[in-house]
Amino acid sequence: MTRARNRAPRAGLRGWGGVTGMAVACAVTAAVTLLPLTHGAGSPGGDTVGRGATSALSVQADACTDPEASLPPSSAEGPDITKIRKRGKLIAGVDQNSYRWGYRDPETGRLEGFDIDLVRAIAKDVLGDPDAVIFRAIPTSQRIAALEHDRVDVVVRTMTINCKRLEQVSFSTAYFQAGQQVLAPKESDITGYDASLKGKRVCTAEGSTAYEAMERQSYGAVFRDEHDGTARDRDQLTVPNQLDCLVRLQLGEVDAVVTDNALAAGQAAQDPAVELKGDKPFTTEYYGVAAKLGADDLVARINHVLEGYRSGGANSAWMRSYRTWLAEGLPGITAPPAPEYRNN
Amino acid sequence: MTYPPNGEPRRAGAPAPPAVPAQRRGVRAGADQLRAAATTEPGRLRIIGAVLALLVLGFGAVTALEIDGRASAAHDVVSRSQPLSADAARIYRSLADADTMAASGFLAGAQEPKDVHEQYERDITEASRLLVRAAASTGASTSSAKEIATLNELLPVYTGLVERARANNRQGLPLGGAYLRYANQKMAGELLPAAERLYAAETGRLDTDADDARQWPFVSLAAGIVALAVLVWAQRRHYRATNRVFSQGLLAATAAATVVLLWLAVGHTVARAELRDAMVHGQESLDVLNKARISSLKARANENLTLVARGAVLTADGTQDQYETDYGTGMKSLGEQLASAGKLADDARGSRPVADAVSGVSQWQERHRKARATDDRGDYDGALKQVIGPEDSTGESFRQVDDALREALDHEQREFSAAARSGEGVLGGLPAGAAVLAVLGAVAAIAGVNRRLSEYR
Repeated sequence: MTRARNRAPRAGLRGWGGVTGMAVACAVTAAVTLLPLTHGAGSPGGDTVGRGATSALSVQADACTDPEASLPPSSAEGPDITKIRKRGKLIAGVDQNSYRWGYRDPETGRLEGFDIDLVRAIAKDVLGDPDAVIFRAIPTSQRIAALEHDRVDVVVRTMTINCKRLEQVSFSTAYFQAGQQVLAPKESDITGYDASLKGKRVCTAEGSTAYEAMERQSYGAVFRDEHDGTARDRDQLTVPNQLDCLVRLQLGEVDAVVTDNALAAGQAAQDPAVELKGDKPFTTEYYGVAAKLGADDLVARINHVLEGYRSGGANSAWMRSYRTWLAEGLPGITAPPAPEYRNN
Repeated sequence: MTYPPNGEPRRAGAPAPPAVPAQRRGVRAGADQLRAAATTEPGRLRIIGAVLALLVLGFGAVTALEIDGRASAAHDVVSRSQPLSADAARIYRSLADADTMAASGFLAGAQEPKDVHEQYERDITEASRLLVRAAASTGASTSSAKEIATLNELLPVYTGLVERARANNRQGLPLGGAYLRYANQKMAGELLPAAERLYAAETGRLDTDADDARQWPFVSLAAGIVALAVLVWAQRRHYRATNRVFSQGLLAATAAATVVLLWLAVGHTVARAELRDAMVHGQESLDVLNKARISSLKARANENLTLVARGAVLTADGTQDQYETDYGTGMKSLGEQLASAGKLADDARGSRPVADAVSGVSQWQERHRKARATDDRGDYDGALKQVIGPEDSTGESFRQVDDALREALDHEQREFSAAARSGEGVLGGLPAGAAVLAVLGAVAAIAGVNRRLSEYR
């Protein structure tokens, strides 16, 4: 299990620059320091540091030790690419609810965001036209089913890569690094996922990674509803959707929100009075483009697209899209996550 | 009849001479006097006259009182408890409708359609107005008062959330959708249950009033039978003593008592039947139709919210859309309620709108399935048109159902009022009539006895 640790220095070598290298080093230090807190007696430096979303990793089969590692990039034709070419359109399953990621502007009716830009880049590469896309808005629960039933070719929808999902779908290389973070009003005395949460009311989405994190270590925060899980649950502190937390925060019903920082960036963009607290997220997870299990030519092609998408330093397509959609709420990112490839 | 039968007038004159005037005091003195009077025939006759007059008067008074109580209960049914129950139903419906309109307007985009917005405003205004009216006619300590207070507290909270939803939606922020869902959560989880409890309490009061009005006037009937029996006995005694078949006075008194008794029995039976008709055919239909209308409004709100939430809220097991599931539940109860409304409808004018609603519901479900399929294919705009578009949309079917239910409700309300009013009308003249007849009967009885008494002078 040393791959996780090796990853950061390797990324630094790929030309992120000295500053990035320092930042990554800090991140690793912070993650290692936080680990005993978040994972109790878990092995320090174990697999969960670098692959935060997969605490179940150790019980998985040996085949899945590094879920982010994907097929090597290739622009070779295959049955799945041919199918898309014949159709002349890429069918992409996207979100229309996540501000700055995949969101339908009520004014124009158009979908836009960081995920949407990536879909258009894939369409441009495969079909030569960024607009040759049929967007299908799919709810969270339907992401895997939509791929399995060929309703969509790809799912680009803030979807975290993990071992469990790898049994059902194929993932591209990681295109975004996210993690759980605390969101609170700017003037709040909460400083992050730490002792400053003591006695505060913290909102999380039901069944989310954030809720699990609070269960492990709440720092004395109040985060459970009185009648959670029963018919009398009033959905005050644990809510159906992460955006509901911002509603509670604005209404003064909670003091802070713990959520994925990528989604929190969308919340911060909707409310200039709130901000992400703490320097770094306290977990790490990666988003990937999902395709049908076995659509290897398509996955390799998407990895090929992502190579080009990432390249170009500060002027890469990735960075341009980041600056357009995410920099406001999620400042400080200087480069995309480095890709990892399977050896075989 | 413990009075010893006595055919012969024993002795004339000397009726109950006051033996010891100094001690004439209190009950004891009265009893002594009575005992003394009973020893002579004129004395007995006087007592009989007084008893007859009292019995007939008592019968009249009890009838007037008891029927007045029944009539005022019947009046309460028509003019107080049924309107209050209907008002509570309107509060309930206005709130559910406001929630549906808020979701419809939200879906239409940053600029809400004017008519939808106005309908929302009307619903909120009507709910506030009716809440004030309901509060005015409700005792402070009743359960209804508690629900009215809850509704008064929550209504501004709800409208505040809707306004925040609008403001955010207008700026193109998805936070608007989250606010709208929170508003809906308040409405469906707190306001509507309170309104439902208020409706149930008011309808319970209506049932109590109707039961009061329909209760048999046992005391009056018993008093009437006793009065008639004593009159018959007195006439038999008169016949035995004099061989005269009729005493005109006693006969008139008997006739008056008989008329009151018949009026009482027949009148109350008719009123009972009318009220029963109003409750069974009117109120029960109204109740199930009101519930059906609320179900259809809730289902419509959930259908809209499915598109507002866009898959953001799932059922507890994470496999289904929460709002789509709630829509299904609502439509199922709507179907059941329409089926029982169809059974309760007792004439063509009542059953036709229910049949319209049933066909509207099946069209709605069919269109809903298509809209869902469109949305699941990823064509959100297409699905939106199929749900809130002006033609061939589920919205159109919903309006058809809502209009039909309103028509059915209006019809049943008229039926109820007509039956209940005629029930109330039947009892209308009875208290006064009974009083007048009883006085006449008492006078006649005394006149009859006096005539006989004069034969001793």
